Amino acid sequence: MSDWQLWEVFIRTKGGLDHRHAGSIHAADAEMALRHARDTYTRRMEGVSVWVVRSADIVASDPGEAGELFEPAESKIYRHPTFYQLPEAVNHM
Amino acid sequence: MDKPLFNALLQMGDDSLVLGQRLCEWSGKAPTIEVDLSLSNLALDLIGQATMLLDYAGQVEGEGRDADRLAFHRDAELFRNSLMVEQPNGDFARTVMRHFFFATYASALYEALSKSSDETLAAIAAKAVKELRYHSEYAAEWVVRLGDGTEESHSRMVKALDWHWRFIDDLFEDDADWAELAERGIVPLRATLRGNFGKRVAQVFGEATLEVPGEVWPLTGGRQGRHSEHLSLVLAEMQVLPRAHPAATW
Repeated sequence: MSDWQLWEVFIRTKGGLDHRHAGSIHAADAEMALRHARDTYTRRMEGVSVWVVRSADIVASDPGEAGELFEPAESKIYRHPTFYQLPEAVNHM
Repeated sequence: MDKPLFNALLQMGDDSLVLGQRLCEWSGKAPTIEVDLSLSNLALDLIGQATMLLDYAGQVEGEGRDADRLAFHRDAELFRNSLMVEQPNGDFARTVMRHFFFATYASALYEALSKSSDETLAAIAAKAVKELRYHSEYAAEWVVRLGDGTEESHSRMVKALDWHWRFIDDLFEDDADWAELAERGIVPLRATLRGNFGKRVAQVFGEATLEVPGEVWPLTGGRQGRHSEHLSLVLAEMQVLPRAHPAATW
């Protein structure tokens, strides 16, 4: 069992529009990963759909590069759509 | 009281109850924490089914007994479960093989029962069949994985198969009460489920590189209350607390 791979689990909840990361599990193959995801993360009626993906297949950004990657956005508040006057007829923006 | 219906409900309820209790013995000891959770989930499905079936048995009996009373204050010789479910878990291979056989049998049974002329039984069966189909698929995947796995896992599955095969006839036995209910359209004869069961077993064993055994001397009697000594031991553990503290509540 020590050679079982790590898998990331994504659940779409009732009424939810997208799959969200729920956690991770160990499994030897894709079928087993789905079973374990279901048994570990949908025990309380949370889910209507489950995705699993091998953790090794996820390409992640380097935390050490967080400065270059994300700080430049901080000074650009004009990218938020908060400077527009909305006509009164437009709801739910 | 409708004695054939009462006995049939005990046969089904006790199968689920005893197998659920057996699976609970894996809690904290399964090969990984994920498998531990999976086995507990299977066990809880079974105990939920047992609760519904035994509550209904109590209603049919009409003497005020509910599922808890029937589960915890009844002795081994009054249990009507099949011999297969009361056997000790053995290793993981034996547990998985038992679950494949039981869930494949039970999902076929409850599928037929969901069309029963008895509305309460049909409603219980409609809920149970979804759970048991999942159980059957889950266990079949493990049978294939281990049967067609390593030399070690294959040899353990062969041993597990040899262990369980003699209990299959008992699982499918139609006693006189069951046959009477079948005439009344309340249950299917278990014998009529055997053909599809055999096909499914052959198909999964083909993938698992396991051979379907030939005829063996069958062990039967569970449906009449003639049990192995293992049932008393599993019941002792399950019943000790409610018997020591009969009025205790959660």
